Amino acid sequence: MNIVEARGLGKRYGSTWALRDCTLAIPAGHVAALIGPNGAGKSTLLHLAVGLSAPSQGTVTMLGGLAAGSPAALDGIGYVAQDTPVYKNLSVADMIYVACHLNRRFDRAYAEARLEELGISRKRRAGKLSGGQQAQLALTLALARRPRLLVLDEPVAMLDPVARHDFMATVMTAMAADGVSVLLSSHVLPELERVASYLVLLSRGRVLLTGRVDDLLASHRLLTGPSADAGRHTGRPVAHAGLAETEAHLLVEATAGDPVPPGWATREASLEELALAYLREPGAVTLHGPGHEMGTRTPEVMK
Amino acid sequence: MTMLTEQAGPADDQSLRPVPWRRMAGVTWRQHRITLAAIAAFLGALAVGLWIAGQKTHHAYAAMLAACHPVVSAGCDGLIASFTGMNGFLSNGSALQPVPVLIGAFVGAPVLARELESGTFRFAWTQGFGRWRWTLAKLVPLAIAVAAGTGALGVLLSWYYQPYFASVNQTFGVPGVSPFAPGLFDLRGVASATWALAAFAIGALAGILVRRVLPAIVATLAAYAALAFATGAFLRAHYLTPLLTSTPNISSSSWIISQWWTRNGKFAFNGWPSYSLIQQFCNQPPPAGQSKATGLAQCLSHHGYTLWTTYQPASRFWQFQWIEGSWLLALSALLIATTVWLVRRRAT
Repeated sequence: MNIVEARGLGKRYGSTWALRDCTLAIPAGHVAALIGPNGAGKSTLLHLAVGLSAPSQGTVTMLGGLAAGSPAALDGIGYVAQDTPVYKNLSVADMIYVACHLNRRFDRAYAEARLEELGISRKRRAGKLSGGQQAQLALTLALARRPRLLVLDEPVAMLDPVARHDFMATVMTAMAADGVSVLLSSHVLPELERVASYLVLLSRGRVLLTGRVDDLLASHRLLTGPSADAGRHTGRPVAHAGLAETEAHLLVEATAGDPVPPGWATREASLEELALAYLREPGAVTLHGPGHEMGTRTPEVMK
Repeated sequence: MTMLTEQAGPADDQSLRPVPWRRMAGVTWRQHRITLAAIAAFLGALAVGLWIAGQKTHHAYAAMLAACHPVVSAGCDGLIASFTGMNGFLSNGSALQPVPVLIGAFVGAPVLARELESGTFRFAWTQGFGRWRWTLAKLVPLAIAVAAGTGALGVLLSWYYQPYFASVNQTFGVPGVSPFAPGLFDLRGVASATWALAAFAIGALAGILVRRVLPAIVATLAAYAALAFATGAFLRAHYLTPLLTSTPNISSSSWIISQWWTRNGKFAFNGWPSYSLIQQFCNQPPPAGQSKATGLAQCLSHHGYTLWTTYQPASRFWQFQWIEGSWLLALSALLIATTVWLVRRRAT
């Protein structure tokens, strides 16, 4: 089952396309990371996925074919919006009441126990909680719905490192315990490198790259060699701070067994290097590089 | 993990029963109880004030009636003066004109505008209840509360003005207050509730269109003012065909729509006779006990002039109330339906 399936999906605001020609299928059971710089269309894609906005073109279905935004789809999705909005003038107990009464399923005992564990008093006003506590409240309310898919829009952007860690720990616990799939967006990759098992790379409203993290890493290699030689190899340059400019780093589509040009070294790229290289040179799709023959094995590469 | 759900296939999901409507009652109450309490306190204070003032008015009226009817006794004039003077307190209801629109706008405009402004719509509209049902389940009870509150105020105001409307007053020279007086008609009966309802519905629609609380309230006040003005100035007089009469004695409780004069069966002029005409025929003061207008009409009739008047009699008050209430109710329903449709259409 695919938790998200988009075909030719696009969203236009006025004359600007926030998202365009987006075709992807994310299978269940992953932590899928939607990565891209600010304004890449991440929130737009998530809004379309949870039915907060309607597509200008194409279609998107959720949880194995349910129309995005339909009651059936919403019933199975726990969504935590960017900046984790809560009703500031309601108490934590009232927030639980509201979420409980707006859903068919709601595990009140879980929500109360979890908030107590976090030291968030039910009598406090949601607006008086710290940013991290508000995020935890919103996440708890989403998880208490027992969703099959958890959608998180920039969940950690506003949080300090400790709160980030706690937040992601809650997500991973839920994933391990309930088998919930996760789709989250972020513009900071390092936080997600450890947890993401599926990657969707977005830039300027277009999908650059999508696939299982393992497959993507297996089908790309990092070439290191003399800068003077770099022009002869087509690949995506990867910048490495602090390294000598005489050395070039190129990301190419290749596997570990592929031949290496003389004078160059090869190693596995990290997820961050992979993402950075694609985001930096979105158009430089490898056509003549050493990995050309391997192109068919790349899960999905888009222009 | 007490409620672990089974992985349901799409076929099971399609037959999901929606979250029951009644679940929204407590949600709406929790989110709007502060506003509703503030409105209740405001209306309560207003009601107490009206009740105290009304007691005085009713006492003054009873005293006046005892002194002036059926036989005029000493002190009648003074009691009339003090009774009619009390009407200045509310200046025929004008002082209370903004109440329905304020209540409607302050309850109606934030319902959606606050959610959109603070971003909480992203929470509310992604819950299992569904966004258009959420909108409808919020707007309807709040609309009923707003209409009920202002409707109750209208009943109290009717009681307050009861002595001024009594037709017996004219027999001893107290000018009648027309129930059609612009400041009074829309604050009583069906109109008071439905005008507040209309303000609420305008506010709700402004909320989703403007998406910010204060601008939405301002837009609501402006739209309401335009609607109320247009209704009073152009629409209300035409709910029923006015009656036509050539009697110069029109009850002061009637609503005079237009007046013109004819001479020998032909149209002469509109409205008040010109100064030269009065100088020519009727420069004598009217006989005692007759108003200037009636005296003038009688005088000019001796010279072949006839005064024609179209008017709405006070007896049509309730017919007019129901007509105005009906179209305001229909308008409010239309505005709320449009709001729900906009939410459903995902205008984000």
